[in-house]
Amino acid sequence: MNGVHDMGGMDGFGKVEPEPNEPMFHEDWESRVLAMVRAMGAAGAFNIDTSRFYRETLPPDVYLSSSYYKKWFLGLEEMLIEKGYLTREEVAAGHATTPGKALKHGKFDLANVERIMVRGQFARPAPASARFNIGDRVRAKNIHPTTHTRLPRYVRGHVGVVELNHGCHVFPDSAAMELGENPKWLYTVVFEGRDLWGADGDPTLKVSIDAFEPYLDPA
Amino acid sequence: MSHDHDHHHHHDHHHSELSETELRVRALETILTEKGYVEPAALDAIIQAYETKIGPHNGARVVAKAWTDPAFKKALLEDGSKAIGTLGHVSRVGDHLVVVENTSQRHNMVVCTLCSCYPWEMLGLPPVWYKASPYRSRAVKDPRGVLADFDVTLPKDMEIRVWDSTAETRFLVLPMRPAGTEGWSEEQLADLVTRDSMIGTGFPRTPGAPS
Repeated sequence: MNGVHDMGGMDGFGKVEPEPNEPMFHEDWESRVLAMVRAMGAAGAFNIDTSRFYRETLPPDVYLSSSYYKKWFLGLEEMLIEKGYLTREEVAAGHATTPGKALKHGKFDLANVERIMVRGQFARPAPASARFNIGDRVRAKNIHPTTHTRLPRYVRGHVGVVELNHGCHVFPDSAAMELGENPKWLYTVVFEGRDLWGADGDPTLKVSIDAFEPYLDPA
Repeated sequence: MSHDHDHHHHHDHHHSELSETELRVRALETILTEKGYVEPAALDAIIQAYETKIGPHNGARVVAKAWTDPAFKKALLEDGSKAIGTLGHVSRVGDHLVVVENTSQRHNMVVCTLCSCYPWEMLGLPPVWYKASPYRSRAVKDPRGVLADFDVTLPKDMEIRVWDSTAETRFLVLPMRPAGTEGWSEEQLADLVTRDSMIGTGFPRTPGAPS
């Protein structure tokens, strides 16, 4: 979706402000939100793409004015309600009033902590051979799906070169909508800065994205 | 982010908003616990694991090893996850880590314009600035302007390559080894490797500079 989360190339957000000796969490609740998201995801309540989509669908003013973990919290709460793991009445009451729904991987308990400290695997067997080779010129499609996609707006319509082939991976556009993993070839595609940003762009700049095959046409 | 808003006249309002969030977070945890989805002790353990097991020290060890061991460096650039998997003392990194090398001709910088993708196992949880709008919006269009915010300047003709982490691949920058470190041990070198030097928004410390 063409949401405010798709920020590449936007102006007006001001300077980057690194915080010296930044703590891992600024508030205790932030760590609880992180832990709940990781736990409920690992228990099978949602996949990582669905959780990203719920953050992206926060109203733009809420997205832009909420801190990072506030966005995680708002996305998590809404997602768990919509997926039937809790009800709005329970959220309002602050307590469970109905029994829990079965989780695909069961309750998240201490025995599960170790396994979530290693990243999940997203590579899948290839359902077909790769359409593009390293060195091929490709054009990022001019598509504007209203659902989740990982093709940022700033490259759409532009021509780049395939630089790496990462194999077949879970396709976020499908997975986010719970339509299955639908594995697709994944490539690093590199663009000239001036192709993206015009003649006034930095002539020394190259920008790459990792693009799933359905995002690309031969050029 | 609370600290990068400039709304001092809304200070009281902001505080009540924060405590409201805290109450809502606690309520959600209560509900998840009562419904039998999570064990609070397991949530504590997740937080503790993040606080102790991951962090830039992992990435720094990998970089220092690459600086001293050409065979490892070659393997690292070919397949980051596989090469790091051979180091017993570094957190398991999972799949799809791509290590990109800075040279005298090219500087690499990593961003996630769409959300906050970041090599957690190598660098820990991302800092607020990495996840915030200014960095996500500008890194792909004006990386030299972004670097200026970090007091970093590159030679005018140096190529700058920005890697937008739009999939489950993760990127780690292998910075250039500082001059004057000939004969240094891996441990000594690792102390020079900063988090930002592995994101591409900084350089390693130089010998003698305060750590």
